[in-house]
Amino acid sequence: MTAVDLMLALPELFILFMTCVIMLVGLWLPRDRQGLISFMSVMTLVFAAIILLGWDDSNPSAVDYAFNAAFVRDQMADVLKLTAFILLGAIFIYARQYLRVFKMAILEYHVLSLFMLLGAMVLISSASMLTVYLGLELIALPSYALVALRRDDKRATEAAMKYFVLGSLASGLLLYGLSMIYGVTGTLSLAQVANITSMGNNTVLVLGLIFVVIGIAFKLGVVPLHMWIPDVYEGAPAAVTILISSVPKLAAFAMAIRLLSDGMGNMQEHWMSMLVVLATLSIVLGNLVAIAQSNIKRMLAYSTIAHMGFMLLGLLTGTDQGFSASMFYAIVYAIMSAGAFAVIILLSQHGVEAENLDDYKGLNKRSPWLALMMLMLMFSLAGVPVFAGFFAKWLVIQAVLDAGMVWLAVLAVVFSVIGAFYYLRVVKLMYFDEPDSDEAIIVPADFRAALTLNGSAQLLLGIFANILIALCVASF
Amino acid sequence: MSLTLAHFLALGGILFSLSVAGIFLNRKNIIILLMAIELMLLSVNMNFVAFSRFHGHLDGQVFVFFILTVAAAEAAIGLAILMVLFRNRSSINVEDMDDLQG
Repeated sequence: MTAVDLMLALPELFILFMTCVIMLVGLWLPRDRQGLISFMSVMTLVFAAIILLGWDDSNPSAVDYAFNAAFVRDQMADVLKLTAFILLGAIFIYARQYLRVFKMAILEYHVLSLFMLLGAMVLISSASMLTVYLGLELIALPSYALVALRRDDKRATEAAMKYFVLGSLASGLLLYGLSMIYGVTGTLSLAQVANITSMGNNTVLVLGLIFVVIGIAFKLGVVPLHMWIPDVYEGAPAAVTILISSVPKLAAFAMAIRLLSDGMGNMQEHWMSMLVVLATLSIVLGNLVAIAQSNIKRMLAYSTIAHMGFMLLGLLTGTDQGFSASMFYAIVYAIMSAGAFAVIILLSQHGVEAENLDDYKGLNKRSPWLALMMLMLMFSLAGVPVFAGFFAKWLVIQAVLDAGMVWLAVLAVVFSVIGAFYYLRVVKLMYFDEPDSDEAIIVPADFRAALTLNGSAQLLLGIFANILIALCVASF
Repeated sequence: MSLTLAHFLALGGILFSLSVAGIFLNRKNIIILLMAIELMLLSVNMNFVAFSRFHGHLDGQVFVFFILTVAAAEAAIGLAILMVLFRNRSSINVEDMDDLQG
């Protein structure tokens, strides 16, 4: 371990240090001063972003390894980490009022979220099977605890238990696969695995690969390993669902790239067919089942499943074009879903979760600003042209077409049209129905600023899509 | 007859199958689920140690230390969730967990 190693991992070390500081400070704060915790957490993320951007790299396209090649820092890692900081900062702002109204543990929420972010950063930067596993568990363990944060809620604790059992099962399957790959190649480093697998395939390696793909599929939540997503999204408090649906998705994308492309790129013929099955099933089932939901959290859960299926379309081509399209998709999706759950959080301000679609009736009459933000987010999720979600879908479908899989592209287009139905239904409820209640919606100033930015980002990332696309293309 | 790598891998495979069967066939008790999860991690450890010995270097054994530590943390969180679940429902029967239709 040298000074350069520590410099490369400085954002991670800073987050770790500050999380411990926040934990200690929070213990001594009186109850009425707890707002300071939220402020310190947001500031931590701001400074972590400054440290990340301040890394003076003589050659920006270079890939730097640290800690005996267990940790890698490349452009993909930096872009994803920066997105994660911005998203988590916005989530802390969104959650402030909600945590107070629902009397949730403020200190625990922030500390666990920051640890989850640390896990995501480790996973994004992993270059060895050991760091993949540690990053994965550092995301998973805080999220189990976060889902159960409302201890007296029957549904939340049930969701936490289901999440825990299925999540541990997936980690176990992934580990079993990693042990086989280690057995055949004799190394934990993903770069060396890539070297050794280039000499030829063998059965044990393929078996290991199957287990690894199952682990990745679970973390992304694609069919048939999606069972936990609807239950956890519905059961968890909205302020926790927003966390689970945004930052870990970026990390799961990075995990798929690190393991499948960096580690087992030579076995593409094997994982490609598996991903085709997973992507097709998710797009079909996610979009169809979402139509039948009357609970908006469940609807967004099935929409996640469908979106992750679309994201896999880029990955399964195995080309650099496909990887960058998937990266764009993952980033845009994380931003969209954070915005959509922020609207749910805001409407839950009277102590009841606004989780039924009927709660959105006539939203335009109650708050035109909020309805407009939700409109932009729903249009983007549906993939209406000009919005960011459209370009995300367009890029992955183009990658699939270039790879010569026309039937898959046609299927993706058909189901994105079917999927548009349930997003537009929310828009119809907001603009053309009469409101059931006329309770005023109180919006804190920072919440308004963050959500305005989040909503208009859908339009701006659509119009100026080239900037983010260029960043994603340069990452591969 | 001396013990070879294959024997250890077979043992690991048997333990792993037992734990997967335990998770999917068990319809009674959540504690049995937690035991099956621990068994699964231990079967992976068996694989790693056997391969590590076979290759003649320590990487796999270091990995096992990390898995053991994480498994301890995981068990702690699992039992904590089990506690709050029991307080809310006065039952740890798997079939009673049906408020959410996943």
